[in-house]
Amino acid sequence: MTQTVTVGAGAARRRTVRSVPAGARQRWTRRAPLLPALIFAILVTQIPFLVTLYLSTLDWNALRPGRRAFVGLANYGEVLTDARLRAALLNTVVLTAGSVVLSVLLGLGLAILLDRRFPGRGVVRTLLITPFLVMPMAAALLWKHAIYNPSYGLINGVVGGSTDWVSRYPMLSVVTTLVWQWTPFMMLIILAGLQSQSLETLEAARVDGAGPWQTFTRVTLPYLRPYLELGALLGSIYLVQTFDAVFTITQGGPGTATTNLPYEIYLTTFRKFEYGEAAAAGVVVVIGTIVVATFALRVISSLFRMEDAR
Amino acid sequence: MTTLTRPATRRRPTSPARRTGGRTGVAWTGLAWLAGLLFFLPVLWMVLTGFKREVDAASNPPSWFFTPVLDGYRQVFDRDLTPYLLNSLMASLLSTLLVLLLATPAAYALSIRPVAKWRDVLFFFISTKMLPAVAALLPIYLLVKELGMLDNVWTMVVLYTAMNLPLAVWMMRSFLLEVPSALIEAAAMDGASLTVTIRRILLPIVAPGLAATALICFIFSWNEFFFAVNLTATRAGTSPIFLVGFITSEGLFLARLCAAATIVSLPVVLAGWIAQKQLVRGLSMGAVK
Repeated sequence: MTQTVTVGAGAARRRTVRSVPAGARQRWTRRAPLLPALIFAILVTQIPFLVTLYLSTLDWNALRPGRRAFVGLANYGEVLTDARLRAALLNTVVLTAGSVVLSVLLGLGLAILLDRRFPGRGVVRTLLITPFLVMPMAAALLWKHAIYNPSYGLINGVVGGSTDWVSRYPMLSVVTTLVWQWTPFMMLIILAGLQSQSLETLEAARVDGAGPWQTFTRVTLPYLRPYLELGALLGSIYLVQTFDAVFTITQGGPGTATTNLPYEIYLTTFRKFEYGEAAAAGVVVVIGTIVVATFALRVISSLFRMEDAR
Repeated sequence: MTTLTRPATRRRPTSPARRTGGRTGVAWTGLAWLAGLLFFLPVLWMVLTGFKREVDAASNPPSWFFTPVLDGYRQVFDRDLTPYLLNSLMASLLSTLLVLLLATPAAYALSIRPVAKWRDVLFFFISTKMLPAVAALLPIYLLVKELGMLDNVWTMVVLYTAMNLPLAVWMMRSFLLEVPSALIEAAAMDGASLTVTIRRILLPIVAPGLAATALICFIFSWNEFFFAVNLTATRAGTSPIFLVGFITSEGLFLARLCAAATIVSLPVVLAGWIAQKQLVRGLSMGAVK
């Protein structure tokens, strides 16, 4: 929500100042339709971040009223040396990367299956996209109670035994649920890619004597690359913020085994009421995100090959 | 165009060359159906369990055949699901409306009559989507509390609008770019005013785009949980909050839970099924057609 990566905003301002008044008027009529959205976005997403910056310099625990003091960067020292936060960072990486990679691979497989015509293709497609449409909170509760439950869950009901899936394999349980929800998303994007591939190219490959496997790895896969990247990127943007699944399935446990950054900061804020520390952790996460996002934005801009202004 | 669709010489939405016949074809069909059913199985299980008696829902091994009852659904409505559904509906619909009102003119100023730095503005919008909501939670919570707006649907409307705005700007821009510039120039030549151009030329062409954008915004608002759980309680609680409330209850609750989960998921599932085509484009923010 909070955000700062702006590219060349300074340059725009400089140009405005130097411009001739006659042109300025026209420029403002061009800008007018943009302004409400832009101002709204800045107000709702940038102001909270500035407040977070301020809060991060305070020693403020909401459980001890009246004690609220400026402590400079002390919260940052605490946050950066906090083992829980480091564990949360690692868990976030594992959870995000694991879910994205698995759902892209599965999505690719399903997209290839659906790229051919077969009886009931429309129905199968409809069945496959459904997991993505189920409310994430409903999905998390469903998996925890109706599927993973050791005594009456569906898995043990089918395979037997009394394995407590969530406590034995906490991370895998969360990732499986997320992969189930996000595979349809990846499949839809990759399928759109497969279906936009021209028939001529595939025929040419066949005429040149390429087998199906060769055609796939040498022609189709390189062609699909931007679609795979787009899917992975958008998936990461959403999955790195995973909260519902962790909150519901494992509550971050056992211990800190599945506590990711959003859940850890949530705990610091609303369970420990350490407002100053939570704010500092938030700032650290934002800085980390800016670093990753700068890279991601570069990928996006190469993906969305943008035409010049008309 | 802002798109990954390349100018294919010949599109093949239904490719005759890829129709597999014979034994491979049967195997292919079987495999695809198996995959589809496997992914759908948890949803099917949810719907089935919602129609069971609590005793059957918690049976081991699981019962596939049972006499369906409506006990679960009755109990869900007895526990006052309706206000939560209405809150969800209000927050989702109003924020979607607000998003469209803000995003469409903005997208116009980023595509048809672009401002000088349209590229930067576009990336500013998308980058607001990348930063963690959790970093904004505390200041938003304190601010909302200070304003006395905790547990208020309007707070959720504002937050969901901010959440979906970048998505909608990107989507609407991709739809507006599809309007042939010759058409707009011709209208200007004929002396058509801006309102006439918008009403007669732009709106008819981008109407499906508006619908697709609205669908995506509605889905994300309807399903949102993080802000809802931290900023609302009983008065403005949305449907995912109702679901969480179930878990604290004692005893067997699986049938009730599944009934509730089915009800709250139904609007989005149905909308998504009906608008499958628009879904892809919306989810990729207009990049994939």
